[in-house]
Amino acid sequence: MKHKVAVTVNGRKHEHEVEPRLLLVHHLRDNLGLTGTHIGCDTSQCGACTILVDGKAVKSCTMFAVQAEGKSLTTIEGMAKDGELHPIQQAFWDEHGLQCGYCTPGFIMAAAYLLSQNPNPTEDEIRRGLEGNLCRCTGYVNIIKAVKSAAQTMSTAPARKTTVAAGGN
Amino acid sequence: MAVTQLVGAKIHRREDPRLITGHGHYIDDFTRTGTAYAAFVRSPLAHARVKSIDVTDASKAPGVVGVYTARDFKGQLAGTHPAAPAFVAEKKYVPERFPIAEKEVCYQGEIVAAVLAETKGQAADAANMIQVDYDELPAVMDLEKALDAKSPKAHEGAADNVCWDLAYTGPEVTEAAFKEADVVVKQRILQNRLAPVPMEPRGVMAEYETYDKKLTIWMSSQNPHFIRLFVSGSMGLKESQVRVISPDVGGGFGSKISPYPEDYLVPALSRMTERPVKWIETRTESIQNATHGRGQFYEVEVAAKKDGTLLGMRMTQYLDVGAYAGTFSAFQACACLMAGGAYKWKGISARTIGILTNRVPTDPYRGAGRPEATHLVERMVDLVADELKMDPVEVRRKNFIQPNEFPYTQSFGLVVDSGDYEKALDRALEMAGYQDLRRKQADMRKQGRYLGIGISTWIELCGFGPSAATAPATGGIALVESAQVRVTPTGSVIVYTGTHSHGQGHETTFGQIVADQLGVPLENIELRHGDTAEGTAFGYGTYGSRSLAVGGVAVSKAVGKVIDKGKKLAAHMLEAAEEDVVFEHGSFHVKGSPDKSKAFGEVAFASYGMSLPQGMEQGLEAVAYFDPPNLVWPFGAHIAVVEVDPETGHVELQKYVAVDDCGNIINPMIVDGQLHGGVAQSIAQALYEEVVYDDETGQLKTGTLLDYNIPGIGEIPAMDLDHTVTPSPTNDLGVKGIGEAGTIAATASVINAVVDALSPLGIKHVDMPASPDRLWKMIKEARN
Repeated sequence: MKHKVAVTVNGRKHEHEVEPRLLLVHHLRDNLGLTGTHIGCDTSQCGACTILVDGKAVKSCTMFAVQAEGKSLTTIEGMAKDGELHPIQQAFWDEHGLQCGYCTPGFIMAAAYLLSQNPNPTEDEIRRGLEGNLCRCTGYVNIIKAVKSAAQTMSTAPARKTTVAAGGN
Repeated sequence: MAVTQLVGAKIHRREDPRLITGHGHYIDDFTRTGTAYAAFVRSPLAHARVKSIDVTDASKAPGVVGVYTARDFKGQLAGTHPAAPAFVAEKKYVPERFPIAEKEVCYQGEIVAAVLAETKGQAADAANMIQVDYDELPAVMDLEKALDAKSPKAHEGAADNVCWDLAYTGPEVTEAAFKEADVVVKQRILQNRLAPVPMEPRGVMAEYETYDKKLTIWMSSQNPHFIRLFVSGSMGLKESQVRVISPDVGGGFGSKISPYPEDYLVPALSRMTERPVKWIETRTESIQNATHGRGQFYEVEVAAKKDGTLLGMRMTQYLDVGAYAGTFSAFQACACLMAGGAYKWKGISARTIGILTNRVPTDPYRGAGRPEATHLVERMVDLVADELKMDPVEVRRKNFIQPNEFPYTQSFGLVVDSGDYEKALDRALEMAGYQDLRRKQADMRKQGRYLGIGISTWIELCGFGPSAATAPATGGIALVESAQVRVTPTGSVIVYTGTHSHGQGHETTFGQIVADQLGVPLENIELRHGDTAEGTAFGYGTYGSRSLAVGGVAVSKAVGKVIDKGKKLAAHMLEAAEEDVVFEHGSFHVKGSPDKSKAFGEVAFASYGMSLPQGMEQGLEAVAYFDPPNLVWPFGAHIAVVEVDPETGHVELQKYVAVDDCGNIINPMIVDGQLHGGVAQSIAQALYEEVVYDDETGQLKTGTLLDYNIPGIGEIPAMDLDHTVTPSPTNDLGVKGIGEAGTIAATASVINAVVDALSPLGIKHVDMPASPDRLWKMIKEARN
């Protein structure tokens, strides 16, 4: 039996009929074609599938699609606007915060939530804030640098910051 | 180099915009119309006879296209899993391996059946309905017991469990050294079995076009050309009928080099059903089936004089091959050839034994053999220092190969190209504040605290490799590299390389080389790789820190050929003699008269026109292959500072300093990034990770990221990096490799630091991972 699910993703409304067992991450990837959200583990350790649900960072493999009914989601595809990178994306680029890039969307989304809650985190707070995400390439060194640098940029450009905190709408 | 001078600069990576915006193209990000999804049924037992497989219920399940067992593939696939002879000249026993088991399963996870269905979910559901009846057989798990004549065999009916047994050098080469010795130190050193865990698991999609007889395979691979070679052969197709595309790849670390059963089965299923077929590995499938690394132990003894002079080493490598010989499994035996490290020896006796067990096969994992060698020699040097009550720094200094001794022929006849080991060590000691650290350590010991300082003066050989060494090792194909450079009529440049970038940033670094050489902006240059239908006839892939030192040089050579042709044409256009034309800053001009010139773009355009010199063909493009005359030999010095909590066994990594030398640097940002990641993966081996199987049943106990402990952002410390630059004389760019350096170096520095910390308790060696439970037990025992 299929269930109706209506979600707003990156500001656009989508309605689908889905199997109740369908995970939100599969809904985003397979039904909505938003393949920037990745799957890396199946047991909710790696965080590659992190998105924002009503502004909060959520591993989209831990939710069924039907649980997202009526919610507003932001995925990595919703971060850059009008061809302009989000400051966190820009900082990951500037600081070489990625290599293979597979974990990167999850890290960027988790960082977006962290900075929405704590606009000026210390290194320890960044480490604690991103402990739900795994990276195998960077040794995390440049990810920490990127988040620090993004925090700095965003504190001088507050308009952009509130956009993320509000869930991308 | 030309005026733009991108080489040596921090250039932002050109691959990043798509990856940071969610627009990368990884294997699971696209699908062909009409795709059927595959799921595989895998053995839950480490070793068993397959009595029967009942597919009745599965065949009738919703959405099922078909259910297949070994018999169905017999007419589709021929031959056995390829295993390169590599560095072990004589293999004793290489078990036959068909991609799907028929009568016997030899490791947990081996495929026994395949299901195709309309959706992924339906395929998984149906796979669960297949009933397999097994007769369990004893599992071979212990490496030493496996060598006993009475041991059960990893394959029923086999004579023994020995895949190879080779003495590179016998005990006679160390007799004199050991006779002369004042001290002899002995140690057994374990190398924990590791799962590579790239964040993107493997995946294969295949589409066989029945009427064109053409096969396209999309997969997450480090070397698509090798996959084309192996799969075409097995399927009875010509290489020209098969196209392999490896798009964005989410990390490999060696686990995406060798062909896997699914790489054959998915294309065969496509040919059988006349549909595109896709399979994406789950994380548990990945940890269970992707090749593992390390999984070895060593018996080592070292002879030294009382002044710290190293004399001789005797070592035997016991290597867990797993249930089948991995394609490049025997390469890991290079640990023997590298066991001497950065030091001079009178002789080294080395033997390697590859042992078959009922675990998943091992194969190269980042560093492959060289991390093991570094760990071994750096541990032994510390044991010598401890025995002689000398500073480990002084023992190292006393024995280093000296800068004026390069090229240096080491104990196994390999020629080390260049180095300055003491310079890197001095810089690292300065950065770490070594003398202050020793004082601090003494103070802390008085307070009952356990601070440790560990050093690793590592070297490696990489950049595979010279045809003379590699062609026999692979069974015929030299691991050289190819490149093609095509210049379009409007002067833009497309560069095809046979290497494959999956995080290393070749689109950027290779672009930097070409931009400087041609004097054209980076934006005019497109770097392509990963599609066997494009570029040269064969590419060799990315592993073994080879891409720049072999592939980058091939690119540079192809560009050189383009410039040579451009010069001929420019001379004709300028009505000058060819030898009077020089190419500088992106334009050809007549020697002594820079105003008489033609820009690169003008020459490119002219090359497609009609006014060419007599006999010259249209176009401006070239292919080059680079066969390096030697391997390249990076080196460095790493220092780790740890404090061990004696009550919990917890290791706090307080400081990490690394000074590395990879010759000339193309992009310092990328070099540092490779080191960060390499060091992190090595810290992971030293402190956190181990694939654990049940000793009796062979059940995998660490089959998810819940139990297989890859370190998170809280576990990896900040790193303080610097470089020395000793150009390689092996290639025109003067470059070495850096992809594996961190992984090769760091286990030794971390474990030496842990042992140093615990030395007041009389602890002389700690095996990996130095986890809290292991250390807590050791500390407790030492105190009693």
